[in-house]
Amino acid sequence: MRLSASGLTCIRGMRVVFENIGFELSTGEVMTVIGPNGAGKSSLLRLMAGLIRASAGRIELEAGDSDLSLPEQAHYQGHLDPLKASLTVAENLAFWTSYLGGGLGAEAALVAIGLEGLADLPAAYLSAGQRRRLSLARLVAVQRPVWLLDEPTSALDAAGQARLAELMRDHLAGGGMIVAATHGPLGIEAKELRLGRVA
Amino acid sequence: MTPLSALLVRDMRLAVRIGGGALMGVLFFLIVVTLVPLAVGPDLAQLRRIGPAMLWLGALLASLLTLDRLFAADQEDGSLDLMLMGRAPLELVVLVKAAAHWITTGLPLVIVTPLLGLFLNLEPGAIAAVALALLIGTPALTCIGLVGAALSVALRRGGLLLPVLVLPLTVPVLIFGVAAASGEASSGTAFMILGALTLMSLVLGPFAAAAALRHGLE
Amino acid sequence: MALIDLANPTRFLAFIARVLPWLVVATAIAFAIGLYLVWFSPDDYQQGATVKIMFIHVPNAWLSMVVWAVMSVAALGTLVWRHPLADVAAKSAAPLGAAFTFLALLTGSLWGRPMWGTYWVWDARLTSVLVLFLMYLGLIALWRTVEDPARAGRAAAILTLVGAVNLPIIKFSVDWWNTLHQGASVFRMGGSAIDPTILRPLLVMGLAFSLLFLTLHLAAMRNEILRRRVRALWLMQAHAAQGA
Repeated sequence: MRLSASGLTCIRGMRVVFENIGFELSTGEVMTVIGPNGAGKSSLLRLMAGLIRASAGRIELEAGDSDLSLPEQAHYQGHLDPLKASLTVAENLAFWTSYLGGGLGAEAALVAIGLEGLADLPAAYLSAGQRRRLSLARLVAVQRPVWLLDEPTSALDAAGQARLAELMRDHLAGGGMIVAATHGPLGIEAKELRLGRVA
Repeated sequence: MTPLSALLVRDMRLAVRIGGGALMGVLFFLIVVTLVPLAVGPDLAQLRRIGPAMLWLGALLASLLTLDRLFAADQEDGSLDLMLMGRAPLELVVLVKAAAHWITTGLPLVIVTPLLGLFLNLEPGAIAAVALALLIGTPALTCIGLVGAALSVALRRGGLLLPVLVLPLTVPVLIFGVAAASGEASSGTAFMILGALTLMSLVLGPFAAAAALRHGLE
Repeated sequence: MALIDLANPTRFLAFIARVLPWLVVATAIAFAIGLYLVWFSPDDYQQGATVKIMFIHVPNAWLSMVVWAVMSVAALGTLVWRHPLADVAAKSAAPLGAAFTFLALLTGSLWGRPMWGTYWVWDARLTSVLVLFLMYLGLIALWRTVEDPARAGRAAAILTLVGAVNLPIIKFSVDWWNTLHQGASVFRMGGSAIDPTILRPLLVMGLAFSLLFLTLHLAAMRNEILRRRVRALWLMQAHAAQGA
């Protein structure tokens, strides 16, 4: 499987966020998107997730499921955690698992992310780090070849970051691909895509 | 569970949990109907005459004002992003959310209508007619309101924008809904037109709302 | 045990556990005597046996206002003295107040059916009670909307006090509205003096319903305290898992 982009341009309002971006990524590879604030890291990820439209250029997923678009074959984790405070941890995860097309049982995903034992707790009681973990649990529960992660390590403590790195390695070993916008190190080998003015 | 039934269950669960608005519409309806006699006077004959119209106005406001949060809550926590990306067609997603909303707020309005009919001194026959007209007509209100809810999310403006956008669109439903409930000779025809309006908005509403949500991405 | 000791929720729970069985028995006895007296009270020469619904209606109508007064005192406790149990007392009283008010409305309308020929008239008294009912429901809705009990408690306390100030004004304006419109002539109960054969069962029933409120209120407060402890345990559980 190969993810390739060429000539990507994003214009928001009257401002050119980035221009003529291209990259290639194949199975088992990670690309980190780095750059100063406002360089368009989040915009690039949202663009790949189909949440904003590119002004020019194209993105292609070769040898993917030809019936499905890239967003439909990707997991997107933005700055927000799509969780409902009044639902329990298990209910939140079970909903996204069913909604995104089923997969691993919620129990196994919670163990993988380190939230076992909290299944019956309403999500309102979770800390920011636990909320992020619960949100990331759906990436484990439902199989998708492409992960689009926007600052995934924010709110996670050292243990959480280590666990995420482990999950990412498993995902890559299983033939997945990851594009992550980040300020800090992810803890795994990665290609780099630098946005914005080169310092 | 299929994606859409999971969504239906989730939205209904959220409505009845703490912070959800399941019975808020009914309470609002009750208050509006209580205010009517205070405004027009306690004359029972007069109340009986205007009762069906008042019930319709109350139900109209109650079902539209509760729609405000339908997409906004999902936008605020990023759930809406995942729904836009998902494999389920957005039109069906929107329709399912509307169904969950109608079951938790529209249907209760229909259920309390007979009680409020007693307050307004309606005859049993008239009460049945109003309740039936609301049962047929409230899904249309929800689906028309759906468009406003989607637009207010796309424009990132809440509050009174939704009723201002949507209330003019509900005019036909109000006219034929009240006519159907009136019990006059023409009410049979009015029932049919009301049903047609509901079927039409069931189709058009989700398409327009989905288009509005997609447009909000730009 | 001094009264101040009851401020401690744990002591209060122990106190409830001790008095609740006695209250249940007292309530049952009061109802038994009250219903016995009602059964053998004479029918009204005008209303017949229908008058007996008044023995249920009047205590409920009375309690519908007493409960709001109790909640107002609790609201002062929340806002002025910041007492930990005041908010619990107010929250657990609201559904009971709503239930008594609902029963007052229901019995009133059942009584009104044969008297007025309709279930509902917009009589000044009934309308005021209906508005009171709506205010109870609004308060309950407020508690159901906000998840954090402390925040919800303060907001509800303010609303309760505003309501307490407003209730007489509402009553006055509804009376004025009703006389302005010269509403349907409504049969007024009582007249100048209530016969002792009616008054005695009425007082006993009033006592029985008051005991019922006290019993249910203490039980509801116990449940609310336990519910908050469960919440605290959940928070601790989430916090403990954080360290792991």
